[in-house]
Amino acid sequence: MPFIPHTEEDIHAMLASIGANTIDDLFDEIPPDLKSGRLKRVPPGLGEMEISRLMLERAEADGHYLNFIGAGAYEHHIPAAVWQITTRGEFYSSYTPYQAEASQGSLQLLYEYQTMMASLTGMDVSNASMYDGASALAEAALMAVRSHKSSRRILMPATVHPVYRSVVRAIVGNQNIEVVELPYCTQAGLTLPESLDRFGKKEFAALVIPQPNFFGVLEQVDALTDWAHSKNALAIGVANPMALAMLTPPGEWGGKGADVAVGEGQPLGIPLSSGGPYFGFMACKQPLVRQMPGRIIGRTTDQDGKPGFVLTLQAREQHIRRSKATSNICTNQGLMVTAATIYMALTGPEGLRRIAAQSHANTLTLLEKLESLKGVKRIFDGPLFHEAVVSLPAPVEDVLRTLKHQRILGGLNLEGYYPELGNAILVCATETKTSADLENYADQLSLALDNVSSANSHAPAATLLST
Amino acid sequence: MLIFEHSRPGRRNYSQSPATAVETEGIPRNLMRKAPPLLPEVSEMDVVRHYTRLSQKNFSIDTQFYPLGSCTMKYNPRACNSLAMLPQFLGRHPRAPESTGQGFLACMYELQEILKDVTGMAGVSLTPMAGAQGELIGVAMIRAYHESRGDSARTEIIIPDAAHGTNPATAVMCGYKVVEISTDNEGDVDMDALKAAVGPQTAGLMLTNPSTLGVFEKNVAEMSRIVHQAGGLLYYDGANLNAILGKVKPGDMGFDVIHINLHKTFSTPHGGGGPGSAPVGVAKRLLPFMPVPVVGFEKGTYRWLTEKDIPQSIGRLSAHMGNAGVLLRAYVYVRLLGAEGMHRVAEFATLNANYLMAELSRAGFEIAYPDRRASHEFIVTLKDLKEKTGVTAMNVAKRLLDKGYHAPTTYFPLLVPECLLIEPAETESKETLDAFVAAMKEILEEAHTQPEMVKGAPHTTPVRRLDDVKAARELDLVWKRP
Repeated sequence: MPFIPHTEEDIHAMLASIGANTIDDLFDEIPPDLKSGRLKRVPPGLGEMEISRLMLERAEADGHYLNFIGAGAYEHHIPAAVWQITTRGEFYSSYTPYQAEASQGSLQLLYEYQTMMASLTGMDVSNASMYDGASALAEAALMAVRSHKSSRRILMPATVHPVYRSVVRAIVGNQNIEVVELPYCTQAGLTLPESLDRFGKKEFAALVIPQPNFFGVLEQVDALTDWAHSKNALAIGVANPMALAMLTPPGEWGGKGADVAVGEGQPLGIPLSSGGPYFGFMACKQPLVRQMPGRIIGRTTDQDGKPGFVLTLQAREQHIRRSKATSNICTNQGLMVTAATIYMALTGPEGLRRIAAQSHANTLTLLEKLESLKGVKRIFDGPLFHEAVVSLPAPVEDVLRTLKHQRILGGLNLEGYYPELGNAILVCATETKTSADLENYADQLSLALDNVSSANSHAPAATLLST
Repeated sequence: MLIFEHSRPGRRNYSQSPATAVETEGIPRNLMRKAPPLLPEVSEMDVVRHYTRLSQKNFSIDTQFYPLGSCTMKYNPRACNSLAMLPQFLGRHPRAPESTGQGFLACMYELQEILKDVTGMAGVSLTPMAGAQGELIGVAMIRAYHESRGDSARTEIIIPDAAHGTNPATAVMCGYKVVEISTDNEGDVDMDALKAAVGPQTAGLMLTNPSTLGVFEKNVAEMSRIVHQAGGLLYYDGANLNAILGKVKPGDMGFDVIHINLHKTFSTPHGGGGPGSAPVGVAKRLLPFMPVPVVGFEKGTYRWLTEKDIPQSIGRLSAHMGNAGVLLRAYVYVRLLGAEGMHRVAEFATLNANYLMAELSRAGFEIAYPDRRASHEFIVTLKDLKEKTGVTAMNVAKRLLDKGYHAPTTYFPLLVPECLLIEPAETESKETLDAFVAAMKEILEEAHTQPEMVKGAPHTTPVRRLDDVKAARELDLVWKRP
């Protein structure tokens, strides 16, 4: 029996102790008409050898591509030590550290994580993580509404990741909270602070400020933060933590600094892995700490005066406050944060800055190569981090498909999210790309554009050939 | 010692970041960071030693019996981890075309089908990233269903007082008022209280079955009839699905929507508090409201179903598709178990719980619901012990740590005074359970002969009783350079 150690002898002895004849007797309180028959769509069990072979075949079928897609999930090198330590059974198979004395390993690690994230974001405090970047932003919006006396309105630039915006709407929508979208400057690809003037005296609980934004462009965070504060609204920064190794952290934006910083923690040592598990980070200024959702670890002392760590401020949480909790969130993404903490410790401030700077430089190099191709150009002229929107002189779907045949994922098609941009893709080149990779991409894009445009101009001929 | 205290200025790992420090171009000065972040400057060996040593301060399933009630701390098979971490799976970008992920999507589609069968539901979405998010999505679907029918007078969700705290917190996040109903002396929901609570204002009922009291709600069919007759829907909190896996399907009990905690029943790791994963299953009437994406299969090809396919969907709850890597681990687990293995999960989880309950009762512990069968978990109450010796449930829990066992869940559910909620899970052997009973027996004796020693526990852990009050009063949440 897979993962069940009982021998026949054990079963007899245990039933005898209980005073039951069969295991079935143990289910005698369940009304007979509720008992289901055998499972029909669950196949018979496999041995470890068979399932290993099946999974390997499927993994190999998916293969490996040279990837230039970012859009919220970024390919960075992950040092070998990160996941070797993270998957140690003591981290992997423990649970939420309710019994602090038996969980000092996880608790201390989380305290170190909170320290690293607070510093990276320039904030006073950090929680022990949220599910992902998108849901962390939704929680930050709820936090802003809770702390604001009169407004239930969130101002959301259209330069925020489109899926994040959907997630925020789905999560806050049932609480009578209005999300107001803010258009972007079509030349620079960012939110113009002067565009906020039109709101006049209208009240908002918060202004969301992405850095970099979904287009890869750096927003004018100082002016946006100051505008929010002048309107008595909170400034919520949504940042890429990798970018913060070199960019001004949200806590230092404008005169007073943003109030809350959230974002997707994935760039910090978490594999792309088809979209998860990742982790969301959330950090804030001290006065908001009691409004923060999720687990928070504090340092204290034991009865002998020795330092130790515990879950703290639990009076905010669902298991204590039930319907009056700050959120229904129960877990954090403990294992992902374990990996991120080890990743940040291995890279250190200089390593992390170099990775960010190299990603920035690679993207600039790639853009230069791409823009040398006829009809290919950057759409926005705002400063960028490691991602950019590029317009192509041919239908995007066809070009990306042709590149895929050369085992290159050329970028994200923006048609569904920003149809006004025409044939546009979002491309990203992290530190993982060599100059040969960048060259290869530019060469293959050039060929793909030739193929696609000649296929389109000879469409009737192609049809004849295929019939 | 903290990792920061190992730090020395200028120490670096040269192999793991770019060899040269390139200059950044084109970024305005005011957007550039002035001082580097407070990250440690340590060697790879420092990092490996520090975090290996930290790991050794944790109790875990791999090192200890971990009978934490309602958390289903079963063994996490290693194959599930190594196969989910095949390089092609790890390297796949979430926005890569579906054609480059047919192997991965096949696993996801099959997992959806298996979960439909196990739960008796018409549709499954894998997107929720934790139990609490599964609840949020489930209740949001209930709301979307009522609203789609123009039924806007339904403002209340009914929740038994024994429920997990996430249930009421979720209902509030979905804009509902919570109506709590009581539990009868047998541990079942008080049917009169339910009848009095339902009405035209009822949006739904959230129920955990078997309940957190460790018993099967015998009247579940009647409850379903009452709530449905009033126009409400039934939500199944799958926290305790391990107890009935392959025995009873929530769909057959009349539930309209459920979430399944894969980190419990399907043995994905708890990871020190996540990542979880909690797919939602829905009955036919809620199919139009499922969260996206969902995996579809048409003409031999797997693809993501999106808002275009499910226009009334309640939307998206994660940036991509939920915790894909956790779902892969669950998929490997269900394939290793197969249909037969799945039936056995509930059988042996129940056998272990009832055996442990019988043996602890024999050892002199008071069982909260002695006349009931245990499901996969049961409750011991130490009310008498506390009155006689002053030793509390918390003291017993801490003393268990000294004896090398993780403590059961304490002080939950809130209904039973001085309670220990004990869930052994099916993967533990009789020898382990016997040794645990022996340890509990020792503690019972110690409580009578040396109560002060028990109250001072733990004695052998890396730190002793920690000062929670100080932690909350003198908040120290981040380290500061001295």
